[in-house]
Amino acid sequence: MTEWWTYRPSDFLLFSAETYYRLFELYNRELWPLHLIGLAAGAAILFLAVRARAPWHGRTIAAILALAWLWVGWAFLFQRYSGINWAARWFAAAFALQALILFVTMPVRDDSQPAKRASRRLGLGLFLFALIAQPFVGVLAGRSLQQMETFGMTPDPTCLATIGIVLFLGGRVRILLLTIPLLWCVISGLTLWTLEAQDALLLPVAGALAILFAGFSTSRRPVPSPEGSPGR
Amino acid sequence: MNLNARGVHSPGRAHYPVRMSKPPDATRRRLLQYLAAAGATSFLAPSGLIAAPPVPLILRKIPSSGELLPVVGLGSWITFNVGNDRVARDQRANVLGAFLDSGGLLIDSSPMYGSSQEVIGYGLAKLGRRKIFSADKVWISSGARGPAQIEESRRHWGVPKFDLLQVHNLLGWEAHLPMLQEMKRSGRLRYVGVTTSHGRRHDDLEQIMKQQKLDFVQLTYNPVQREVEQRLLPLAVDRGIAVIVNRPFEQGALIEQLQRHPLPAFAREIDCRSWAQLILKFIVSHPAVTVAIPATSVVAHARENMDAARGKLPDAAMRRRIADHIARL
Repeated sequence: MTEWWTYRPSDFLLFSAETYYRLFELYNRELWPLHLIGLAAGAAILFLAVRARAPWHGRTIAAILALAWLWVGWAFLFQRYSGINWAARWFAAAFALQALILFVTMPVRDDSQPAKRASRRLGLGLFLFALIAQPFVGVLAGRSLQQMETFGMTPDPTCLATIGIVLFLGGRVRILLLTIPLLWCVISGLTLWTLEAQDALLLPVAGALAILFAGFSTSRRPVPSPEGSPGR
Repeated sequence: MNLNARGVHSPGRAHYPVRMSKPPDATRRRLLQYLAAAGATSFLAPSGLIAAPPVPLILRKIPSSGELLPVVGLGSWITFNVGNDRVARDQRANVLGAFLDSGGLLIDSSPMYGSSQEVIGYGLAKLGRRKIFSADKVWISSGARGPAQIEESRRHWGVPKFDLLQVHNLLGWEAHLPMLQEMKRSGRLRYVGVTTSHGRRHDDLEQIMKQQKLDFVQLTYNPVQREVEQRLLPLAVDRGIAVIVNRPFEQGALIEQLQRHPLPAFAREIDCRSWAQLILKFIVSHPAVTVAIPATSVVAHARENMDAARGKLPDAAMRRRIADHIARL
């Protein structure tokens, strides 16, 4: 690409905001009530992360997250979003890679860099926000309830929930686990920015916080946390 | 082709001339001679139902063939990329129908535009195979994969062959242009072109226009982006290359900005009822421009845009007035 410095994100925009959000509406209509399974899976992750201690708990969290990334990559990005954005096939591949990373790091035991309290609090807050509040952000931004985005079904809440749980649990491989979610924060933020969405900054801000806390908020002293959790 | 008493095309049931590649008959020839004698830079054909006075549709020649095209076409970037949304597809078919009913011919798309090609094909199939001037692009860096991409595009459109294929944003033009010229020689394509947009790569485009045999170039031109007036538009005239103008409204931003201000009174002097029409008339009144391709997803806008291909065009003084007025806003 020549004269690349003259390009703006809007130059790569392929669809209108109306078309983009109709995609969510049609997807939700077609797959309801699978969303409830996503919600239940999110609740299970929350329970396992907060209350449990056994090694299989952490592995189960990673497995659920991996399945969520795989499903969103396939059902939303590859099968639907790629219909209006040729780059979505690459996004789907990245989501599949994230699922693979979660599977591969699942059995890793890592107590060397547990999360500090601030990171755990932020992580828990981001996860709860992604699971419960984020579906309604679109409504507050003026979009239809039918176009809501939910954990395990669409990319943004799945990404934000993953960032939250990785921050909550800490661990040596957290940077590896956060790489693709952080990239998605940038991609999603740019997409929504070009569509002039009011919530365009949500994921980029969450991503920036994740970088800040993931990079500087680990403790050398082990703190109680579930063994065998993602990146542990 | 139906010709009325004035010797110009008389569209039956609001259908308009599609191709005029055959030699004109005597009546038509007389009309053309009259227009030439009157100093007209454009050719006029009537529109409207028989009961209503025909409103002339402004046509321009493709220099390499003499074929005539209405000066307003239809772009599809963003607006026709609606995926598999059946409701949106039907609505875009209505836009296509309004465009064709208003006399439009040239429809432009690209494999880069997501599902736009498929949505155009859906609309054309729904409308019952109306006559169009199909303009698409090859957009792939690999020369070897160009033919396969073109064939896939053709299937999406559902046309037997394309009228015009352009190398999108000059991507891989060294490999694609010989292939497109070969397609033209063998009768699988009627015209060959290249495109740029956003005012980029004008130096490269200039060299290609000088060195290659092209039927069309596509570039960005509007009242606030006029760099092409300096070298590229005069070069197109010199080289006998038709010019398609993209992004006439700067992806809607120009209209959005201008709509905060009242339409100037002088717009009525050239039969403009909206900023969109004033911009389009400014563009197509440049003698080098063959067709402007505004994109829209609104039926009323498709008709409004096509109405800019009728009535008076601004002369040089009016063109300066339009540009100066817009520059001040």
